[in-house]
Amino acid sequence: MSEKETKNLLEVSHLKQYFPVSQGLHKVPLKAVDDISFAIRPGETLGLVGESGCGKTTVGRTLLRLYEPTAGKITFDGEVLFDSGEQYDENDKLIVDATGRPIYGKKVNKDMLPYRKEMQMVFQDPYSSLNPRMTVEDIIGEPLDVHKLYSSKAERRDKILSLMELVGLNAEHAMRYAHEFSGGQRQRIGIARALAVDPKFIVCDEAVSALDVSIQAQVVNMFEELQEKLGVAYLFIAHDLLVVHHISDRIAVMYLGRMMEIADADELNNNPMHPYTLSLLSAVPIPDPETARKSSRIVLEGDVPSPLHMPSGCPFRTRCKYATEQCAMEMPQLKDRGNGHFVACHNK
Amino acid sequence: MSNENLELKKRQILSSQVDLSKFNSKNFEKATDEEKAQQEVMGESTTFFKDGMRRLKKNPLAMGSIVVLALIIAIIIIAPIFVPYSYSDMITVNGVRDKSASNLGMFEYSNAEMKYMESTGESLFPHIFGTDSLGRDYFIRVIYGTRVSLSVGIVAAIMVLIIGLIYGSVSGYFGGKVDMIMMRIVDIIYSLPDMLIIILLSVVLKEVLASKIKGTALAALGPNMISMFFVFGLLYWVTMARLIRGQILTIKNSEYVLAARCIGTKDGRILRRHILPNCLSVIIITTALQVPSAIFTESYLSFLGLGVSAPLTSLGSLANDARGAMQSYPSRLVIPAVIICLIVLALNLLGDGLRDAFDSKLN
Repeated sequence: MSEKETKNLLEVSHLKQYFPVSQGLHKVPLKAVDDISFAIRPGETLGLVGESGCGKTTVGRTLLRLYEPTAGKITFDGEVLFDSGEQYDENDKLIVDATGRPIYGKKVNKDMLPYRKEMQMVFQDPYSSLNPRMTVEDIIGEPLDVHKLYSSKAERRDKILSLMELVGLNAEHAMRYAHEFSGGQRQRIGIARALAVDPKFIVCDEAVSALDVSIQAQVVNMFEELQEKLGVAYLFIAHDLLVVHHISDRIAVMYLGRMMEIADADELNNNPMHPYTLSLLSAVPIPDPETARKSSRIVLEGDVPSPLHMPSGCPFRTRCKYATEQCAMEMPQLKDRGNGHFVACHNK
Repeated sequence: MSNENLELKKRQILSSQVDLSKFNSKNFEKATDEEKAQQEVMGESTTFFKDGMRRLKKNPLAMGSIVVLALIIAIIIIAPIFVPYSYSDMITVNGVRDKSASNLGMFEYSNAEMKYMESTGESLFPHIFGTDSLGRDYFIRVIYGTRVSLSVGIVAAIMVLIIGLIYGSVSGYFGGKVDMIMMRIVDIIYSLPDMLIIILLSVVLKEVLASKIKGTALAALGPNMISMFFVFGLLYWVTMARLIRGQILTIKNSEYVLAARCIGTKDGRILRRHILPNCLSVIIITTALQVPSAIFTESYLSFLGLGVSAPLTSLGSLANDARGAMQSYPSRLVIPAVIICLIVLALNLLGDGLRDAFDSKLN
């Protein structure tokens, strides 16, 4: 029993997602997600933070196979959904043959349809993620239609109404169109759609970023209530560290498609180790002016490098004040610093 | 009751608050379950189509156009049953060809007809629009001409819609190399001079078809009509295909399509439920405009002698025939011209109305 509890719901290892970008005549890969590994336990919330364009959304979408991953392995509930076949040894080194080419193992590319019922997504923009030509009933009912989760029309309607009640929408909203709702209500429709198939795992892709603060709080609380009631696990993608800290059990920090640090929410907040996390945390606005005056803000210099021209070694080294020669030589791997706290930095 | 004794704050002079001191608990009672149920007013679940039709009914211009079109269609279906004249033959009186019956004015009778009516006391059906230079009843010719023109327009529009819709959706949705190749084919067809191809195809098809359709039901239509449909089907769908492809390209990258894919919706359903309804306004307006454009092309071809073959007629060829006698008998040009205008205007207004009704973003 205890073994099952600690079993991961979702495991991602060495996930890579490159997009070809044409530059003149030849195509250059844009490394949106580069070699990311993490795991999510059942009923847990993993927060994923990072600045705009660091690949958070791509991670979420690649997990759900909305994009075809370039390489890596995705395991959900013990089933391997995708495996590009690269093999790694105990030290997480890619196993290569004499010529330096990786030795491929078994490749897996499962049909996602049955798993769409288990993994769902809530989208960032509640304005564009709902079809303007469908009524709320049809939007929420579509997953039921696709997976044939009802036996009669009355049952379909009952299910839709109970889902609407679950997310706090009135039954009389069922036949209205999405544009008749406010942002918060639209996001609730999107959440009801994700919940319709009774998933075990939901990717919340900046699900509250487009909402104003009071509505954000409502929706975040709703996410928490739903987790208590239904036991779903979340990958909560956001750039607002306060919200992420509030809802997450663990937090992962991304920079330029790489995982920098991953730890329990409180541990990360109290004991941030990676210089990038430190600067992120120092940028969180403090509501009390007294404390705010005393705290010092770490201001990063320079811009985020273009993902087309990644710096060698650690991608953060160009803006890191601790950077050494070693940082330019090799990419630091995520290392356990005890307490479930993983950091990818040579110096910390 | 404790509530009655509860001292309420005195109402302030400028406050708009209800003076609660006047009320006690007896004035308030709990809503019964029935009353609560009344609060939950819920409209009947409607489909996209029903909802659009509801809005269309509120549009007087569109409804007026529907009435006009329905009237025209009703007349061209019913009138030939009541009118005893034929569109192709000269008027006969008592089994004899009436040579005096050519070029009659509206509601006029020829000399032979008058004599016949006087002698028998029987009244003949009036020539509502008069007769043409060959002594044929003009009203029935206009009716048949409208039949031909409308059916050419509608059949051509449907053909263009079906071919353009399928081609454009496939090209836009699958994108990449498929799109590349399919759109280059469209470009080639687009670059061909329309009229030249139509004329060449009509001539060639006419020869080929004439022998093949002999004796079949299609023979009544005549090889010219059939080759005209061929031409529309081959050439005129490209604009529709391009428009639909463009719409689909923008819609398929929207987040709600991504959401649908995330749910596990299959390609066909995404196209049907998400993409096509969102380019419906373009489809409707293009189809509605395709009908008059086909009617114009048909009359152009009739003018060149490649359209419907005599004695069958169309509005275009009627107007063309009337050109010669325009100053003596202007009504023969005005009547088909007015009918073409009515049909084209009604279809355009209806297309506009449909777009307004089915585009929920405009509401």
